[in-house]
Amino acid sequence: MTETGTEAATPPPAGAPQPSRPDTGGEPGRGRRVLPPAVARLAYTNTFWIFLVLVALVVFFGAMQPNFISAVSLRSLAADTAPLLLIAVGMTYVIISAGIDLSVGSVLIFSGVIAAKTMLWLGGDGAHPDAGATSAGWTVTLAGCLAGMLGGLAWGLLNGFMVARMKIPALIATLGTLGMALGATYLITGGTDVRGIPLNFARTVGFGLVAGVPWLVIIAVLVTVLLGVVLAATRFGSHTYAIGSNAEAARRVGIRVDRHLIKVYGISGLLAGIAGCLSLAHFTTTTISGHTADNLSAIAAVVLGGASLFGGSGTVTGSAVGLLVPAVLQSGFVTIQVNPYWQYLAVGAVLVLAVYVDQLRRKARSAGR
Amino acid sequence: MSTGDEVLLEARGLSKTFGHVRALQDANFSAGAGEVTALIGDNGAGKSTLVKCLSGAQQPDHGEIRFGGRPLRLDSPATAQRAGIETVFQDLALASDLDAATNLFLGRELVRPGVLGRFGFLDRRRMRAEAVQAFAELGVNLSDVRAPVAGLSGGQRQSVAVARSVAWATRLIFMDEPTAALGVVQRERVLDTIRRVRDRGVAVVLISHNMPEVLAVADRVEVLRLGRRVARFRAADTTLEELVGAMTGAIDREDQQ
Ligand SMILES: Nc1ncnc2c1ncn2[C@@H]1O[C@H](COP(=O)(O)OP(=O)(O)OP(=O)(O)O)[C@@H](O)[C@H]1O
Ligand SMILES: [Mg+2]
Repeated sequence: MTETGTEAATPPPAGAPQPSRPDTGGEPGRGRRVLPPAVARLAYTNTFWIFLVLVALVVFFGAMQPNFISAVSLRSLAADTAPLLLIAVGMTYVIISAGIDLSVGSVLIFSGVIAAKTMLWLGGDGAHPDAGATSAGWTVTLAGCLAGMLGGLAWGLLNGFMVARMKIPALIATLGTLGMALGATYLITGGTDVRGIPLNFARTVGFGLVAGVPWLVIIAVLVTVLLGVVLAATRFGSHTYAIGSNAEAARRVGIRVDRHLIKVYGISGLLAGIAGCLSLAHFTTTTISGHTADNLSAIAAVVLGGASLFGGSGTVTGSAVGLLVPAVLQSGFVTIQVNPYWQYLAVGAVLVLAVYVDQLRRKARSAGR
Repeated sequence: MSTGDEVLLEARGLSKTFGHVRALQDANFSAGAGEVTALIGDNGAGKSTLVKCLSGAQQPDHGEIRFGGRPLRLDSPATAQRAGIETVFQDLALASDLDAATNLFLGRELVRPGVLGRFGFLDRRRMRAEAVQAFAELGVNLSDVRAPVAGLSGGQRQSVAVARSVAWATRLIFMDEPTAALGVVQRERVLDTIRRVRDRGVAVVLISHNMPEVLAVADRVEVLRLGRRVARFRAADTTLEELVGAMTGAIDREDQQ
């Protein structure tokens, strides 16, 4: 009781905006923060720091080489990053739910192949088989994209089923689908990229601009904003955090954890499917030998953006910023004529550091009880 | 006083084994509407396991549960909640990365009115306001309701779990050592809350190792030993010595009931 007494005996400074706290429940002896809670909370988040790092990088490269922030380099940077942004958004959901999805890169190319094959099958011109479906209309394009997205969704749901129902660790389950989706892709294509997608698709979605902004970027940003809002403001998002934080607690308040996890992995697969379609339009061909590091890039972005691999924390905004840091580093090194391979070294080091800081914070938190 | 007249929950012959450990062996238990039933017993007696079996968090291997006069199969915590049963688990079962208000409303979030609500948009402002009020009733003032509960003190976290169960229970509350980490003031508040909830007609089951607390607040006491109920008492007619005797095995009179 003496502690409470001390606290009550110290009057708050006059005029200071003080929330009224009569008998405080906790340990009043602990150091109180001076900052208003909202600001303090922000300063404690990794998202905040990584955002500062991004700003610093942009300022630094901009000062070194003023044309770094030219419209063209920004535009190509954004267009190249768009499919990966979608992957990173899906990964954000998965990591917040205390899982991981290694299969995203394979699912991306699988979806691209399914989309391309569907377009060729529906829009192929019998008289000119070599032309593929280049002159096909929008219906063919849309049907192809839909098929590709469904393909991605299916892999995602399979991941979710294995993790939630079969209780296979996410690392292994998604490593399995990584291989399976890749194998299926090679079986379908025989190892050669599929070409000949509708030209209208490539010209608009692939490299078309709306008011100077690439279609790719518009689509990716719209989907990102939508899913960011869902995560931050809805019941679905809240349950995702709760499951990642303490799945048993979520179960005990009646949240259907299994079903929710299947949806979360489904979202990740679906987004990889959309990314596959965007990538197909951008390169006008499937890129079946690429995307092997997409999973790692996305995981790095999510972790840099402030998510914890233990689940329960992270934001879509943070992941987007975390994705831009390596991209900006790479372009920056190119413009100031430093070997761009330094980027991998720098990002790897920052990633390890970010996880280390997260660990320290968790330790401090559980010791502080 | 309706005490004891109306049996709300009746469990018969519950058994639960974990590997070689027989946590419950043919345990019986009953709780009445509008009364506080204390469930006591030594460490490892099976109290928490019994509570988990009666709140759907675990499923007993054998046994029958009757609730409100009818058989009830508790296949999940959601079933128990729908029946109006809430639980403060010994491990609290809080999502520690989320704030207190979110935890209070977890699984039963308030959504915005209109179309936004249809899409599941949360009404955080209202949840926060109601949470602050619920905590104030327990004598807890969180300096920042938006801070993750991981940063709260043990007692504050316990209060969050208590507030959650009290806010939602309509028929029955299990409280597995809800006062273990509480300060003097907060402990009194929780005991007051227990009485208030009981007067609302809700059945309260209190697990506690604190015998004076048990005698102060309980109407009835049931004693568990080695996974079995060994005695029950009317709190007004019993003594500390009798309770201790039943817990340690000196008294075993379940068969006389
Ligand atoms: N999930 C589990 N796995 C294995 N054994 C368990 C599990 N849960 C409980 N037990 C065992 O069952 C027995 C009863 O445990 P329980 O937690 O119900 O005791 P309790 O009466 O609540 O004890 P306390 O007063 O210490 O909380 C103990 O021997 C315990 O080791
Ligand atoms: Mg216990």
